[in-house]
Amino acid sequence: MRGVEWRKRVAMATYQEFIQQNEDRDGVRFSWNLWPSSRLEATRLVVPVSCLFTPLKERPDLPPVQYEPVLCSRANCKAVLNPLCQVDYRAKIWACNFCFQRNPFPPSYAGISDVNQPAELMPQFSTIEYIVQRGPPNPLIFLYVVDTCLEEEDLQALKESLQMSLSLLPPNALVGLITFGRMVQVHELSCEGIAKSYVFRGTKELSSKQIQEMLGLTNPSASGPQGRPAAPQDPAVTCRFLQPVHKVDMNLTDLLGELQRDPWPVPQGKRPLRSTGIALSIAVGLLEGTFPNTGARVMMFMGGPPTQGPGMVVGDELKTPIRSWHDITKDNARHLKKATKYYDALANRAAVNGHSIDIYACALDQTGLLEMKCLSNLTGGHIAMGDSFNTSLFKQTFQRVFSKDHNGEFRMAFGGTLEVSTSRELKVSGAIGPCVSLKAKGPCISENEVGVGGTTQWKICSLSPSTTLALYFEVVNQHNAPIPQGGRGAVQFVTQYQHSNTQRRIRVTTVARNWADAQSQIQHIESSFDQEASAVIMARLGVFRAESEEGPDVLRWLDRQLIRLCQKFGQFNKDDPTSFKLSESLSLYPQFMFHLRRSPFLQVFNNSPDECSYYRHHFVRQDLTQSLIMIQPILYSYSFHGPPEPVLLDSGSILPDRILLMDTFFQLVIYHGETIAQWRKAGYQEQPEYENFKHLLVAPVDDAQEILQTRFPMPRYIDTEHGGSQARFLLSKVNPSQTHNNLYSWGQETGAPILTDDVSLQVFMDHLKKLAVSSAA
Amino acid sequence: MFVCVLSCFCVRVSRPPVCQPYSHGAMNLSGPHPSYPQQYGVQPSMQQMTNQMSGMQVGSGPLTSAGPGYAPPPSSEPPISAAYSAAAPPSYTQAPHPVSGAPSQPPPPSEPAAPQPYYDGPPPSQQQPFPSSAPPPSQPFPSSSPYSGPPPSSQPRAPAVSRQQSFPPGPPPPVQQTFPNSAPPPVSQALYSGPPPSSQPGPFPPTFASPAQYPAAQPPSQPGPPHFHSGPPPQCPMPPPSMSQQQANPLPPGPMQQPPQPGMQGGYPTQQNGAFGQPRGPQPGYAGPQYPGQQNYGAGPAPTPAPTQKRLDPDSIPSPQASELPAVQKFRHRIDPDAIPSPIQVIEDDRANKSSEPFTTGVKGQTPPLVTTNFQVKDQGNASPRFVRCTAYNIPCTADMAKQSQVPLAAVIKPLAMLPPDETRPYVVDHGEAGPIRCNRCKAYMCPYMQFIEGGRRFQCGFCSCVTDVPPHYFQHLDHTGKRVDCCDRPELSLGSYEFVATVDYCKNNKLPQPPSFIFFIDVSYNAVKSGMVNIVCQELKTLLDYLPRENPEADSVVRVGFVTYNKVLHFYNVKSSLAQPQMMVVSDVSDMFLPLLDGFLVNVNDSRVVIESLLDQIPEMFADTRETETVFGPVIQAGLEALKAADCAGKLFLFHSSLPIAEAPGKLKNREDKKLVGTDKEKSLIQPQSGFYSNLSKECVAQGCCVDLFLFPNQYVDVATLGVVPVSTGGSVYKYTYFQAEMDRERFLNDLRRDVQKPMGFDAVMRVRTSTGIRATDFFGSFFMSNTTDVELAGLDCDKTVTVEFRHDDKLSEDTGALMQCAVLYTSCSGQRRLRVHNMAVNCCSQLADLYRNCETDTIINFFSKYAYRSLLNTPTKTVRDTLVNQCAQILACYRKNCASPSSAGQLILPECMKLLPVYLNCVLKSDVLQPGADVSVDDRAYLRQLLSCMDVSESHVFFYPRLLPLVKLDGGSLPMAVRNSEERLSKGGVYLLETGLYLFLWVGANAQQELLSNIFGTPTFSQIDPNMTSLPELDNPFSQRLREIIDSFRSQRSRYMKLMVVKQEDKAELIFKHFLCEDKSASGGASYVDFLCHMHKEIRQLLS
Repeated sequence: MRGVEWRKRVAMATYQEFIQQNEDRDGVRFSWNLWPSSRLEATRLVVPVSCLFTPLKERPDLPPVQYEPVLCSRANCKAVLNPLCQVDYRAKIWACNFCFQRNPFPPSYAGISDVNQPAELMPQFSTIEYIVQRGPPNPLIFLYVVDTCLEEEDLQALKESLQMSLSLLPPNALVGLITFGRMVQVHELSCEGIAKSYVFRGTKELSSKQIQEMLGLTNPSASGPQGRPAAPQDPAVTCRFLQPVHKVDMNLTDLLGELQRDPWPVPQGKRPLRSTGIALSIAVGLLEGTFPNTGARVMMFMGGPPTQGPGMVVGDELKTPIRSWHDITKDNARHLKKATKYYDALANRAAVNGHSIDIYACALDQTGLLEMKCLSNLTGGHIAMGDSFNTSLFKQTFQRVFSKDHNGEFRMAFGGTLEVSTSRELKVSGAIGPCVSLKAKGPCISENEVGVGGTTQWKICSLSPSTTLALYFEVVNQHNAPIPQGGRGAVQFVTQYQHSNTQRRIRVTTVARNWADAQSQIQHIESSFDQEASAVIMARLGVFRAESEEGPDVLRWLDRQLIRLCQKFGQFNKDDPTSFKLSESLSLYPQFMFHLRRSPFLQVFNNSPDECSYYRHHFVRQDLTQSLIMIQPILYSYSFHGPPEPVLLDSGSILPDRILLMDTFFQLVIYHGETIAQWRKAGYQEQPEYENFKHLLVAPVDDAQEILQTRFPMPRYIDTEHGGSQARFLLSKVNPSQTHNNLYSWGQETGAPILTDDVSLQVFMDHLKKLAVSSAA
Repeated sequence: MFVCVLSCFCVRVSRPPVCQPYSHGAMNLSGPHPSYPQQYGVQPSMQQMTNQMSGMQVGSGPLTSAGPGYAPPPSSEPPISAAYSAAAPPSYTQAPHPVSGAPSQPPPPSEPAAPQPYYDGPPPSQQQPFPSSAPPPSQPFPSSSPYSGPPPSSQPRAPAVSRQQSFPPGPPPPVQQTFPNSAPPPVSQALYSGPPPSSQPGPFPPTFASPAQYPAAQPPSQPGPPHFHSGPPPQCPMPPPSMSQQQANPLPPGPMQQPPQPGMQGGYPTQQNGAFGQPRGPQPGYAGPQYPGQQNYGAGPAPTPAPTQKRLDPDSIPSPQASELPAVQKFRHRIDPDAIPSPIQVIEDDRANKSSEPFTTGVKGQTPPLVTTNFQVKDQGNASPRFVRCTAYNIPCTADMAKQSQVPLAAVIKPLAMLPPDETRPYVVDHGEAGPIRCNRCKAYMCPYMQFIEGGRRFQCGFCSCVTDVPPHYFQHLDHTGKRVDCCDRPELSLGSYEFVATVDYCKNNKLPQPPSFIFFIDVSYNAVKSGMVNIVCQELKTLLDYLPRENPEADSVVRVGFVTYNKVLHFYNVKSSLAQPQMMVVSDVSDMFLPLLDGFLVNVNDSRVVIESLLDQIPEMFADTRETETVFGPVIQAGLEALKAADCAGKLFLFHSSLPIAEAPGKLKNREDKKLVGTDKEKSLIQPQSGFYSNLSKECVAQGCCVDLFLFPNQYVDVATLGVVPVSTGGSVYKYTYFQAEMDRERFLNDLRRDVQKPMGFDAVMRVRTSTGIRATDFFGSFFMSNTTDVELAGLDCDKTVTVEFRHDDKLSEDTGALMQCAVLYTSCSGQRRLRVHNMAVNCCSQLADLYRNCETDTIINFFSKYAYRSLLNTPTKTVRDTLVNQCAQILACYRKNCASPSSAGQLILPECMKLLPVYLNCVLKSDVLQPGADVSVDDRAYLRQLLSCMDVSESHVFFYPRLLPLVKLDGGSLPMAVRNSEERLSKGGVYLLETGLYLFLWVGANAQQELLSNIFGTPTFSQIDPNMTSLPELDNPFSQRLREIIDSFRSQRSRYMKLMVVKQEDKAELIFKHFLCEDKSASGGASYVDFLCHMHKEIRQLLS
């Protein structure tokens, strides 16, 4: 939270409020808050017109309305009535602000007048939420897919977590259990007496139909003689594997309690055989057959990489290590392509049916997230990565999946679709986030595809209040086609989803920005630049590219973009680097880029492929604040000299008499300076006369706790000190302004040298300036 | 036509010591027996003649009368009977009991001597027999002439006819009586007349050939016209339709060909032709006799249809010819059934002679007592006959001799046979870490045949003569006779059977074996649940699990158990002791079976008792409402196999299965039952497995030591032939309970199950038979698998399983050394110990055929023949199989006749003493459901019996083919009443009989049984109140009832399968089933009666000889 404040402080004053207000109300942050009026100008701005959109941003102050939205009657528009529409109260007609179609109000709006407006016409309801009644409410579904090839301790911890989670589930939610090891077991929950389960071989790929047949779900007599083939079946009856929590609570608790480790012997020098791929395909197949298009969450808990069957990531020979970046670049990862393809197909199937897949992977080594990431990325599922199920990191994270908001409702939504409408001058290029394309055709699709494009609708199988998509637009207005005076470009986001209380809801956000002529109003445009949002938006683009391109290429692309941006907006004399200046609205942007270049999202050095996948997974879904923390971690300094203060993420900030608290989103590091560490070791804090020291020690811990309480996933909490091995987490993040290379020239006083050959921010900036001002560029 | 011959038929059983054995009486027919005259008393002249001719000869008169009686199924075969009747009386010297013979003769009437005529009668026989009686022969004819008169009368006499017909099948007693008593003339005439109609032949060629005709045959060769009335040629015209079939018979090519002879063809089936030999051919008169037997013997599988048509009741059809030939005599020579070799007599004799003294095995080449005899065995260096029985205890020195004799050289080995309590089971010998001492070259195990030399430092192998060093730890000095001093202390040096403890070298993967496991697979499809099977099995298992096999009765069994239920998916159960409730794991991916769990599937019964009981309680409930009707089968076995693989142990699977596995899965079967194929060349396809799937599977099972026992509860066709492949290849058993009904079949099933679970057995066994140089084991029969030509691999080997080994010469044998065989079975005991059981057997070698014939064992030969024949069915048309059998037996007997018997008339049938029962037993084999199925025998039944027989030992096959029929008269005292022969005519209307077939027990109650008897047995004095559905006798408190139940119990305990008791009331419908087992009679499916067959046999032999 401190970070946010701090950030606000640095943001540009005039636009800051506007931006903040927009974000709070609509969950939208645009890269530019004034839009260049032509395609040509837009491309010259380097950073595209784009936004970060948080569809379900928490709006405690926004009561949903209990009626259906009014839609534009034009078939290919269907925009929702919003405050930007022109309304003729007398004629009871409104004009769509996207297609200019004039629509009559529906009969229920008969009493409308300029003093009696429906909520959706009021300016403060640029974001509004409708509750709609469509079909019977669908229960939420939680299907646990549990790896049993775990150490006894881990399994025990996991079992306890799972049992605990039963009490957190909504009572009417359906729950199911699949366990796997060498075999895959689908547990039947409805039976009394003997516990039944269906067992599948872990090596054989089965079609969804076969799975359903083998589970006895295709009951020919079900459709019956009455000839109602697809008659609405009572799900509780048709599927013995998914039962309401309140019914099978006890049963399931016992069942989980009796779960045993996979009994098959694991010979020396082998990995346990883990049929993760099949387990998932059965989970997907089971839901596909029983609850298509219903919100469901497959929660997979795995303690190691898949070692057999389709989707296998590594063989069971321990002597063959799991693929590393090195193997991948050398094209030496045997299973990579096949496995990725397999999980990709599964993910798409799940996404089509609106089911999301969570992966909770706890192991010391990699578990194959690289191959499996798409499962979560495409379906909006979570990925949590830890060392063991017996850590608070996992336990808390898992528990937080079921956290509730102020209304006591789960912070999760299912089966979301996001539809974007734009006014004519604008088209949609694509989206980057935890979504899949619905391949909806419409008039406002840009040919220029960015991220997941070619559509105006995306499916987001699972949403949380922080789920954020980056949306990219293209200004299509030709240079010579003037924008009408006072005309504004508008974008409407329509998000339909299944609320955790099983209601169907539609949230509509309509925003508009002024057009500006880049020729004449370049300063205005420059000052409307949201460098934070832009940094995240560009970073997402970079990460998206990194998935398919070589790392260095992506960096080069990022650099070029940065240089071009600086060339466009910097003030300088040609070929004079020292004259280079950036306005306040862009001043932080290069620094973000500097840290982004060093971040694990783009740098694979020191990160395993799994870790990269994990980091990227979270990066492309978190909201702006969190994303920024990921790009440039926050560093606070605690000392006797005053209250805690944010300090530069720089090696110069590492001082002996300070305690540092660094939040990288994924890690929380408390670093005790050399002196402090010695004091602490000496136990001064225990002595009453040094109570102030004790307070100093406690302060960062308290602050860290605050962050730990709310962050999802739970960050790794690291308490270290000068010279401690875990100090590397800090040292790898800070700007290496002092290294063994320049240590002596910088004098002894300041900070700690970092043993690295990485360039420091200063060197980076020097180069940037040089290139920006170079006439050759 | 004339009639016949005089006696041409002598059955002489030659005993080794020449005729002496005949002691009873002259075995030779020729010797007139006083008895005969008596019988035939009615017509003195005739009889006398016959008597003179041969003791056995049938007086023409009486015989004829009998003839009709014989008629097989009245409907179709009347003609046949006629034919038989005509047949000259066989003089069965056999008459060991001349005495008995005489009295019994009256009955014989029913069994006309008819056959003779066909077979041998005609040609030479006449002459030969005559020698002694030469004159008489002629007499008969004259006598016959008188009869001629009657014929006409007979025709009109419809009633008489009908009676005759009825007799055969039904009530013999009356018939008999009538004949003897009944005015001889008319009756007989009537009967005869029938035959003469032989003219009938016209219409019905072959069949009709009346006995009379046979005689005709004789004339050809012999001038002895007197004897024969040369027949009315008419007969000739009748070409036997059946001929074609018969021709197909596998008779020796030479003789067979003869048929071309005109005369012959007319009347005789090819076989006959052969038999008659050339001389007859020319004779026109021969037309005659077609012999009923044809159908039975060689005739194709579908016996009934063809014959029926052809055969008309001669009596019923007035034939013009008959009238034409009034003068002609139709004689029917009957063979007195009592005069032909009687199994009962042989059994009783053996019992009387051999049961008192223990049988010591020390003497090489000694024939053991019969399997029906109770005797004690003392092992003195050769394996007990309970372990090994040979077909011959003197085997020919050369391959030529063996080939000439055609006597099969085989051993029926039951390696793990249970011994009676008074005999010690084989000792276990431990030769220490180095393992058993063996010959270096042939690897034979140390045994009494190893000759120690060089002061005991080395030994010479008795099998291959290789000299091997004695390992130091085994060294022992020799005494003055060259025997080791410790000879008597070491079982392997002094006994025929013993066991070695095997070392790790003898184990799979060089790892000591795990204790075996038992896995129970219960079909829970609709049919299985509904029949009550599931319930019964689950109930029973709860207690049965306490009786798993163990070696030490005090200790708990180390056998682990597992449970699976299935319909079209499999449900495995985790019954780990730590669980509060069993867990069910369903595997629906049957196309690729695997074991879903490891821990908790195979458990120790005591540890998991509570969970197991809970499971067994719940299984019936869980599936009580099942609607699933489809089942799988292949995956079930695969699952068991996987389980054993995972547990790395051998074991046994118990499958309780109800229906044809039609669910989509590997090993899926289709209903291919097609009765139309029976009798065609495609018949074998019904017996072959549908697909190769199960044989491949069984290969894998054997490799793992996975033995499969299958309990079938079918309501319809389940394709036993295919389902049985795995059990049969893995040393398992198949039990079949068709139309299983809980109330009726519960006892039988449970007793089978109990015994099957408890019986001692070995697992993962390999058996090898080593022989001394000169012979070699070439063929094996039984329930096992062979991947090479020498090793018999048995996934499981229980105490009832028998392996039959056939030996062939590959060199000359020496009379001095004899022939040795050593059967070594390596197996894992039920406690998980690896053992080697060794059986040694030494037999003599002979250069004289007579020695061979003197030391044969017919029961064992029959056992071998039947196994051989049953197996041949897989590849050979049934008819060919049957013909081959007949032919081989004929060759055996012909060889004897030619080489060993004292010269005598060709009309005499001379049988070696040891083999005098060969014909009757062979007939039983030929008539068995497998080789000659009746219309009511299902394809499944045949396959089932076929598989069942493949591993039967001699005593089981004996009773299987020749059931034991006990009259329940006086049951006091400890001994059993003497059995009677399996013929309807032996049954008295007033009696109650117990019939044991090895699979069933029948209690036949005569319609006139005494009230007291009924009260004693059933508790009701009234015949009509006896409930034919009872499966056990009421427990009444009277000595008779007690004793009877004791007998039944003791019978049951002697058999490896529980015999269900069926009460059959005379003239009840169920009687047909019962009659099926009266194997000396004609069978409904067309099987020949004993007498008929004997005649046929005789003819075959004669054909060979000529």
